[in-house]
Amino acid sequence: MIAEEPLSTKMNHKLRSSLPEILVTLPSLGWLTVFFVVPGVIVLAIAFKPAGAYGGIDDGWTWETIRSLGNPAYPSIVWRTVWLSAVTTLACILLATPTGYYVARSPLRQRRWLLLAVIVPFWTSFLIRIFAWKVLLHPDGILKRTLVALNLLAPETSLLYSSGAVLLVMVYTFLPFAVLPIFAAAEKFDFRLTEAARDLGATPFQAFRRVFLPGIRTGILTAVLVVFIPALGSYVIPDLVGGPGAEMIGNKIAQRTFVDRNLPHASALSACLMLAVLAPLLVLLFAPVRFRNRDKTGDGL
Amino acid sequence: MKRSRLPLLVTVLVLIFFYLPIIVLIVNSFNDSRFGGTWEGFSLRWYARLVSEREIWSALENTLIVGIAATAVSTVLGTMAAFALHRYASTLQKAHYMLIYTPLVVPEVLMGMSLLLLFVAAGMSLGLVTIFLAHVTFCISYVAMVVLGRLQDFDFSIVEAARDLGAGWWTTTWRVLLPLLAPGILAGALLAFTLSVDDFVISFFVAGPGSTTLPIRIYSMIKHGSPPLINALSTVLLVVTFTLLFITQHLVEERRK
Repeated sequence: MIAEEPLSTKMNHKLRSSLPEILVTLPSLGWLTVFFVVPGVIVLAIAFKPAGAYGGIDDGWTWETIRSLGNPAYPSIVWRTVWLSAVTTLACILLATPTGYYVARSPLRQRRWLLLAVIVPFWTSFLIRIFAWKVLLHPDGILKRTLVALNLLAPETSLLYSSGAVLLVMVYTFLPFAVLPIFAAAEKFDFRLTEAARDLGATPFQAFRRVFLPGIRTGILTAVLVVFIPALGSYVIPDLVGGPGAEMIGNKIAQRTFVDRNLPHASALSACLMLAVLAPLLVLLFAPVRFRNRDKTGDGL
Repeated sequence: MKRSRLPLLVTVLVLIFFYLPIIVLIVNSFNDSRFGGTWEGFSLRWYARLVSEREIWSALENTLIVGIAATAVSTVLGTMAAFALHRYASTLQKAHYMLIYTPLVVPEVLMGMSLLLLFVAAGMSLGLVTIFLAHVTFCISYVAMVVLGRLQDFDFSIVEAARDLGAGWWTTTWRVLLPLLAPGILAGALLAFTLSVDDFVISFFVAGPGSTTLPIRIYSMIKHGSPPLINALSTVLLVVTFTLLFITQHLVEERRK
């Protein structure tokens, strides 16, 4: 009789805890299923549908749309998307690592203001920041005039509407995203380790590369992913500061949707981009397990 | 031991890089010149014109309606999601976590495109409602992540103490748990509001006639409008952002003391 009681309370407890779990999970789970999973499935399905007249979608199934992605124009756009994103990521990491290091090493009061200075552009409107560069790079803009006056640039060179302009503005836009995770990792780094390395005869650069960098590698990995993945999907930046020669996949998707009204084609391109994103995402999906385990020991992100 | 000056140098360059375009933009908004290439004297005429632009005001109204509604709904859903993720460790929560996490890393173009197809397939007319639905979808994940972060530092023995002292589930949640988590939930809501108000790409895909939001309006002004007017509008928005951030920072510092 005595042994029975704990068992029944345990069962009761299990029943009681599963209903609240479902009640508290269902709203977000349901919402994201309807507005995130279902749309993703629709995109994949429509990629195999024939395009109808007047922007419609016809019945039946076809490989035609997928096959048309082999059209010579596409591989070059995919290639440009990948290299622009990769170079942007590299530049962001190269700039964010010393910045994150410096901010983490500065005294507490100064650190708070430096961090705020990095966060402000992060909170200001994305379009306004792109527009600011459009003004700077404009043929009558201050940057072009200065460079021409200093004889560093031929007057007929265009700064705007090129892959270079897209790259510059992408680095500008994504840099705060890279600084924050690297700073977060650097702030938790025990700087006595680099000091010990110096005491043992390492040069400052060796201490930085062999001790500090491995110490903040999770921060760097996060920074790579939060820059590279959104960069792959860039649409507004190439649209506003890149010319016809600097288009990325995002622009083609928008063009197929709004201009050509060819939804199957836009879907096929979206599916393509989804695959491109999925590759680094797989790394990310395995990484959080490690982050979360580290969190429990108190030294994670 | 002497430290390298390189990190300082890079930090200074990064800060100049961050702020130079913004400063040029603000200065130019007071420039009388139509094209902004040269300084032609101080003027407030672009601000005066801004006030009389009716389209900007109606776009601002749309933005605030969507922003407030999306923030309210996504804060409730995101907070509940964070509770579920923190409290339970079941297979359901593993799937739940993945579903919450993925929207954070999916490019906006993909989300906009797929939501557009959903709304078209469901026969919905595009407008403020579809923008609202889209905004809630991407805001849930951000709110959930912010609140989850706070929950991980939360001392649950306080909740247990309340239960031991006889408080019921409802009382504990409303009188103990939520008030203590309020700063985290508020931070999540603030992030959701900022993201909603600033969103262009997803809104652009699911907007219809008559549902122009401020970012959509700014985009079409950048494409076709007059630059000085955008300078003035941008300066106003920057001042609003700076003020809000300054107040938030100040409140955080006060709390620390």
